[in-house]
Amino acid sequence: MIEIAILISMYAIGVAMLLSLYRLVRGPEVVDRILALDTFSINAIALLILDGMYLGSEIYFEAALVIAMLGFVTTVVLCKYVLRRDIVE
Amino acid sequence: MNPVAEVILSLLLVVSAFFTLVGSLGLVKLSDFFRRLHGPTKATTMGVGCILVVSVFYHALIGNSFHPRELLVSVLLIVTAPISANLLAKAALSLKLKKRPQCPADETPDPEHLDSPADRRPDEL
Amino acid sequence: MRTRFRSILPSIPLSLMIFVFGILLADRITAGQIVLAGILALVIPQVSRRLEREFARIKSLKPLPRLACVVLYDIVRANIHTARLVLGPERQLKPGWVWVPLDFKNIHGITALASVITLTPGTVSAELSDDRKYLLVHALDLPDPQALIDEIKTRYEAPLKEIFP
Repeated sequence: MIEIAILISMYAIGVAMLLSLYRLVRGPEVVDRILALDTFSINAIALLILDGMYLGSEIYFEAALVIAMLGFVTTVVLCKYVLRRDIVE
Repeated sequence: MNPVAEVILSLLLVVSAFFTLVGSLGLVKLSDFFRRLHGPTKATTMGVGCILVVSVFYHALIGNSFHPRELLVSVLLIVTAPISANLLAKAALSLKLKKRPQCPADETPDPEHLDSPADRRPDEL
Repeated sequence: MRTRFRSILPSIPLSLMIFVFGILLADRITAGQIVLAGILALVIPQVSRRLEREFARIKSLKPLPRLACVVLYDIVRANIHTARLVLGPERQLKPGWVWVPLDFKNIHGITALASVITLTPGTVSAELSDDRKYLLVHALDLPDPQALIDEIKTRYEAPLKEIFP
């Protein structure tokens, strides 16, 4: 039963990734794109974890942790660039 | 696996995946940037956090060793989501997407707080 | 004696947190991993002491469990609330801005308050005014601004004021 739940969740997360990809491509302002990229990386973490559950492997955790940290740093750096037009002060 | 635990985990998994989907749906559906900001910061963060919690218990129940490591990712997401939301809102305000709401302090400036260096923000972003 | 202890361990909560995270990150807990986490817990606060210019002073931790329960409950409520607002028709939304007046100056307390506001129903904290007296909050659905300010002040700011004086 839980295999079906994992599959349903993977489909839902896939649709969520497509929706944020749409906003990433379409976004009228640059901040919309940054927000979409942030959401996209968080969804990617969820998909990786679900993949690990589906395959019964724990090796995906490291990739998820790296994506979580990189996604946050990317968002912060892009926001600072928009705020200051400069990354290094 | 224990059938009761299986049902609970399945339900939690589907509900959190639904919330993640709603977060991204809000990103597409709503019309203004500040409205769009609400979906991903709350729904997606909590949805993914719950999926990670389910993953910890799933790996413990399936017979792999019990590792609470996935909770680290949850903690990281919950701590960092408000910070990135705050920075995004600041960036959007600086782009003047919407007319900046007037601060009530601006109308009656308090002379004590204008020039005192003690009030300067220490780690200004 | 006390100053020497301070120079070795500048912040006990930070060291404890680094130690726990170091052990959690390890694949399996061995003696080497515990020693490594201990070394990290001693070295990293020495580095971060030079970065931090305003120390967090914690007065009492008594309101913390109750605040954590309130925040967890509100996060669940926030998800259901936001999902209903997102799925419903957009015409019914009345978004708005509120400047919330703050009663305390501690920057760590304000940071905690801003994070809690972002994670709870329908509100995102956007900006802190330069004199740290007001916090700009965006609400997705704002029928009554004064009610929102009162809720934030009684529900989150009062316990945070006890923790961070």
